Amino acid sequence: MTDTLHILSVGKGGWGGALLLAAGVTFALSVLGFLLGALFGAVAAGGRLSTRALPSWVAKGYGTVFRGVPDLLTIYLLYYGGSIALTEIGKFFGSAGFVGLPTFATGVLAIGIISGAYQAEVYRGAYLAVDLGQFEASKALGLSRFQSLRLVIVPQLMRHALPGLGNVWQLVLKDSALISVIGLVELMRQSQIGAGSMREPFVFYIAAATLYFLIATVTGSVFRYGEARAWRGMVHA
Amino acid sequence: MIDFAFFVEIIPTLLSGLPLTLRLAGLSIGIGFALALLLALAQQGNHRMLVWPIRSFVAVFRGTPLLVQIFLIYYGLGQFRPTLQAVGLWWLFREPYWCAVIALSLNTAAYGSEILRGAIQGVPRGLVEAASAFGMTRLQTLRLVVLPLALRQAIPSYSNEIILMVKGTSLASIVTLMEVTGIAQGLISQTYRAVEVFVAAGAIYLTINFTIISTLNALETWLTPYRVRA
Repeated sequence: MTDTLHILSVGKGGWGGALLLAAGVTFALSVLGFLLGALFGAVAAGGRLSTRALPSWVAKGYGTVFRGVPDLLTIYLLYYGGSIALTEIGKFFGSAGFVGLPTFATGVLAIGIISGAYQAEVYRGAYLAVDLGQFEASKALGLSRFQSLRLVIVPQLMRHALPGLGNVWQLVLKDSALISVIGLVELMRQSQIGAGSMREPFVFYIAAATLYFLIATVTGSVFRYGEARAWRGMVHA
Repeated sequence: MIDFAFFVEIIPTLLSGLPLTLRLAGLSIGIGFALALLLALAQQGNHRMLVWPIRSFVAVFRGTPLLVQIFLIYYGLGQFRPTLQAVGLWWLFREPYWCAVIALSLNTAAYGSEILRGAIQGVPRGLVEAASAFGMTRLQTLRLVVLPLALRQAIPSYSNEIILMVKGTSLASIVTLMEVTGIAQGLISQTYRAVEVFVAAGAIYLTINFTIISTLNALETWLTPYRVRA
């Protein structure tokens, strides 16, 4: 027991500090990936809602592929595909050997692409949930299309989107553990390193699970608070 | 631009991992569903000693990454080899295959039990009261009234969970199991052709998922004859 405490302590000889730092990397990776996914998701939702065939078709394909294919496969595609392309460019400029993509940026991109596919569905559903009268009213007020989106539709749309976004966020947080396979030292990878060097896998993976659970619980309540705030002054149906 | 000969070459290699992917998915979805149903039913009684441990189990497995769960079971429990050997369970935790099946089953049981719990609670109370007025026992009510309605109600959400599980089997490749994703990763590092391998392996997964979704959609339609679909 004292052994375990010593291993996980923050001070000298303990892994606690490294694990907390790695949990920070996991959090940063997830937040940035989620935000990038919001951008991809918004664009894809716009495509899905478009009446023209091509954007709607492309957005639908994007959603089908990245929600249907294992996330691990997508991560391999981006990391190896990107690194291979980079190595080719490196060869052109006379560098020899394999050039790896920066792992943090690749992780953010991978999570962005995957979560964007899920967020698109959330935004699309939320957009369709906004009352048609709101669109007509903003038109009647003489607002431009962009103004009506920014001032009228999006604030109301977020109300319907928040529960779904909360689910996607939980998915993102857990997906971020997969980025460990490309060598980024986030919480999962740091626990593997610790487990290997101290020969105490059980302690380290329990510690990792606890930290993931804490992040998930705390951020989950942030989403619930946001939801309550978004609905303030409204009567729930 | 697109090299068809290369696809013809890699597709059989990737397909050789398909039986393992399907076995992992089928077994864990099956075990997971049985467990999920048990957990959902156990929570209906509102016995605190029963509900509280189940809620904690569900919260833990939904709140942590599947990869951590697999590692905890495969590497973490491996640390207790003497104890596991003493109780005669070492053969189970020695094999990455069974560790993956256990982790996937427990994970999907946690998510699935929440889906089924909601579906069971969604069965109109009047129907249960009518059944008891009919003189049905609790077991009869469950078997003839509550479960058929609840399970049908749960099909759309449960099919999402099944898709997530099929995708989840790819994590087994991290504990050395050569299923489709594991083989794909090997092919990428051998051939340096990430896009082609991704397309071929992705097509395999999309085909599995598409088959599952259309089967379950058909099942739902078949079970809901009075509801004409738009």
